[in-house]
Amino acid sequence: MKRLIPFLVFALLVGLFGFGIWWNSWHDARYVPSPLIDKPAPDFALPKLDAPEQTVSKASLLGKPYLINVFASWCVACAEEHPVLMADGRRLGIALVGYDYKDVPDDARRWLREHGSPYDLVIADQPGRTAIDFGVYGAPESFLIDAKGVIRYKHIGPLTPEVIARELQPAIDAVKREAP
Amino acid sequence: MTPELGQLALVLAFLLAIAQGVLPLIGAWRGNRTLMAVARPAAAGQAVFVAMAFLILVWAFLHFDFSVQYVADNSNLTLPWYYRIAAVWGAHEGSLLLWILILNVWTVALAAFSHKLPEVFAARVLGVMGLVAIGFLAFIIFTSDPFGRLLPMPANGADLNPVLQDPGMTFHPPVLYMGYVGFSVAFAFSIAALLGGEVEQAWVRWARPWTNAAWGFLTLGIVAGSWWAYAELGWGGWWFWDPVENASFMPWLVGAALIHAQAITEKRGGLRAWTLLLSIFAFSLSLLGTFLVRSGVLTSVHAFASDPRRGVFILVFLAIVVGGSLLLYALRAPKVTGGKPFNILSRETALLIGNLMLATAAAMVLLGTLFPLIGDMLHLGRISVGPPYFGLLFPLLMAPIVLLLPFGPFLNWGKADGGALKQVALRAGIAAAACAIVAAFFVQGQLKAVAGVAAAVWIAVGVLLYALKRWRELPRGRRYPAEMTGMLLAHLGVAVFVIGVLLSESLSVTHDVRLAPGQHEVIAGYDFRFDGVHRTAGPNWRADQGVVTVQRDGRTVAVMHPQKRTYAREQVQTESAVDAGVFRDLYVALGEPMDTNNIEGAWALRLYYKPFIRWIWGGGLLMMLGGFVCAGDRRFRIKRIAAEAAQPTTTPQRQGSPA
Amino acid sequence: MSGVAEPRRSAPCARPGSSRKAFRAQGALLQVLFVALLAFAGHAFAASGAIEPLPFKDHAQEVRFQNLTKQLRCMVCQNENLADSNADLARDLRLEVFQLMQQGKSDDQIKQYLVDRYSDFVLYDPPLKPGTWLLWFGPLAILLAGGAVVTVAIRRRNRGGGTIDNDKPADGGQAGNEPADMGDDW
Repeated sequence: MKRLIPFLVFALLVGLFGFGIWWNSWHDARYVPSPLIDKPAPDFALPKLDAPEQTVSKASLLGKPYLINVFASWCVACAEEHPVLMADGRRLGIALVGYDYKDVPDDARRWLREHGSPYDLVIADQPGRTAIDFGVYGAPESFLIDAKGVIRYKHIGPLTPEVIARELQPAIDAVKREAP
Repeated sequence: MTPELGQLALVLAFLLAIAQGVLPLIGAWRGNRTLMAVARPAAAGQAVFVAMAFLILVWAFLHFDFSVQYVADNSNLTLPWYYRIAAVWGAHEGSLLLWILILNVWTVALAAFSHKLPEVFAARVLGVMGLVAIGFLAFIIFTSDPFGRLLPMPANGADLNPVLQDPGMTFHPPVLYMGYVGFSVAFAFSIAALLGGEVEQAWVRWARPWTNAAWGFLTLGIVAGSWWAYAELGWGGWWFWDPVENASFMPWLVGAALIHAQAITEKRGGLRAWTLLLSIFAFSLSLLGTFLVRSGVLTSVHAFASDPRRGVFILVFLAIVVGGSLLLYALRAPKVTGGKPFNILSRETALLIGNLMLATAAAMVLLGTLFPLIGDMLHLGRISVGPPYFGLLFPLLMAPIVLLLPFGPFLNWGKADGGALKQVALRAGIAAAACAIVAAFFVQGQLKAVAGVAAAVWIAVGVLLYALKRWRELPRGRRYPAEMTGMLLAHLGVAVFVIGVLLSESLSVTHDVRLAPGQHEVIAGYDFRFDGVHRTAGPNWRADQGVVTVQRDGRTVAVMHPQKRTYAREQVQTESAVDAGVFRDLYVALGEPMDTNNIEGAWALRLYYKPFIRWIWGGGLLMMLGGFVCAGDRRFRIKRIAAEAAQPTTTPQRQGSPA
Repeated sequence: MSGVAEPRRSAPCARPGSSRKAFRAQGALLQVLFVALLAFAGHAFAASGAIEPLPFKDHAQEVRFQNLTKQLRCMVCQNENLADSNADLARDLRLEVFQLMQQGKSDDQIKQYLVDRYSDFVLYDPPLKPGTWLLWFGPLAILLAGGAVVTVAIRRRNRGGGTIDNDKPADGGQAGNEPADMGDDW
């Protein structure tokens, strides 16, 4: 019986590896869950992309839920995601805030002119300092923030119709039900 | 030379591997000498065809055959010929071909040197090697064919990853594989012993040189990898506890334990089951390592996509080979405690403790490496395990070994002489303490450095005391048998390694600095003067090359040329400049120019002073040498062809050898 | 599934395969093998971004910074530490760590600051919590279990201690190897 122990331990390992293969076939291996879910969004005050002399702060956005979409003109994956936002952005039924991350404002403005803008509002974080507070580690990322300013959902990577249908839309609906 | 011939060669090799794997084992089971005799010719045939396939791939690379997908992916027209050869194993498919080639190298060696082994045993050993080959060839043919065509053929290929364009690439993988794959021999011996009910009492002695040699190669391969990372990466780091590194380190640890367990089993008859188990573990970890990093299982840390189909294939193969062996072990391993009894104070006990620590260390590395995956499975979130974990637990587990090492040869088998041990302890202890105190003055009391000096002296004095004892007590020619010399060298290597690690870790200086041409910076008594950057070019790259003059006490010690190279497709590679020395390395890496438009202005530079860092690899090389010297001991060579009865029976056979 | 991208023309990650963009450009298998083959090979891309002289007060502060950033993971190039990573985010975070140090925060506070934003994953040192008990205590458990086995093994073979001899080879001379002649006298 004692002699069977190595075999049994190995069988466990095989199980673990089988799980690993299965898991990795449908998970983004670089995905790291955000610690900010259900926590208040960081206070921020960022200039508008189109009117840099005007500042948008977290306080000014309270009262209604909104979706922050982190993008940039240099970001290849954002270009993949953009058509989806253009097509389905309105249907989400929520304000879309574009968050221009570590970008040159002129490049960003040009990019939005070329690709179109699905956003109700675009703010610019050129130094990327505020993005650190959001725990952004690459673009595109999307944050769902409720009426009280609490982050309720984060998606890392481009939004696809499947993700929107499976995760984002239900989250948005839940958040909207709470709002007065 | 059509690549399709390569595919054909692989298929033929596969068929021969099946013959080699299946027929001799049936023959051994049934006592059929004809079937058993298939082993050697089949092995030879397989080797010929695998070599052919390999050479065809090399040819394709040398002749820029971009119609082969693999060649197009890994080379281009400007790649120098020596890197084109190295590119053969620069990616997945080719490296598997290298693996099976090296398996054949060991098999052919085994076939050649096993004529004196009893027929049944030899047939089983070669048969097991054949079974392993079947698995690999199947994997290559069905999922990882290096000869696939790319049509229409592109005019030029992609490139070999610039970091692989380095002498390390030509050397490290083949040597590492010699080690990894070499453990298959000890594995084959163990399976043969289990299948035969351990009729052959001397099988461990036959296995020892093969195991020591494989371990020696693995040591060299790991040292080469570490040195290469240091030279290429630019960060002065030599070990990162990265999953890929851990994959090679685990078999090394288990191999070290195995070498010592084999000594007990061979000389005292005990620990037979444990030795069998370790042989299975060592090769299993090799297989695990080889596959872990290409199956996608560890993408939780490495983040590259993988083909789940390959992962499943590998997993099934692993399950069959390792699961099968462990099941065989459970059923057939000796159940009765054998071997000569021994006192608590004895060499056996010390070796057992050493085995325990090495095995636990290997388990710890496995646990740490796999834990992120476990975390995913148990929904514990993304768990991150890195150097702080391994770097804490590994030295803790190795400390008992360091303490026991000087006593090793002084401990007798069976029952040790306490008096002799006390003497060793006293002398080594005093030497270690004295050197530690002296060192403390030089290193301003840095604990790690002092501990390193103490540990190294403790071990080294123990080794020297024993060498001295043999010198005094025995006549010339009988003093230092190869097995013992190997042991002394390897243990000395441990001392050198320990002092290298602890001194370089505690006394290194790293400093980032911004310098305009003509300015200098002093670290650790060395004056680094930056003399500007200019453009230069190589066979397939162009570079910004800096000149840094290093002076000490007014004399110029070195002129260093760090580079930032740009390869095809805008890939940039930092080539740091290293001024190597026995007692210290100086290391300079170029950062960015202050003004990107003016490379002749000021630049950011990173300067390193790394004392005793070469001792890390020096220690490793001594360990490797110890392994090879031990493998060469005449005592392990089988002296006389076993006198066999006409048909092999299951009664114990006497393996006679003249004195 | 495409991954996240980073603001650099050439992919920043030192170890290929850690950035999907770069990895695609290279060829998936190349990366897999590259990492597979080399027990840690170097990087293909500019390491130079990580070299940035910061205005440290003194050498001790520089050493503290180096040690601290070595214990943190780069979130973009996830198999590199913050000290060595070339990624833009890594540079931003290094600057952040530096500023926090200037503000007088302790190492633990700085780590907590980053964990609050990026989760435990940013630490190479897994924190001790119920989820990681297996990791931290596992080796000890294995050691104790192994120790028990070894102790039993030694005890079992220690019977009749008086008759323990240490001269003859195990196979009772079957092999005919005389210890002295074969050098097996130690």
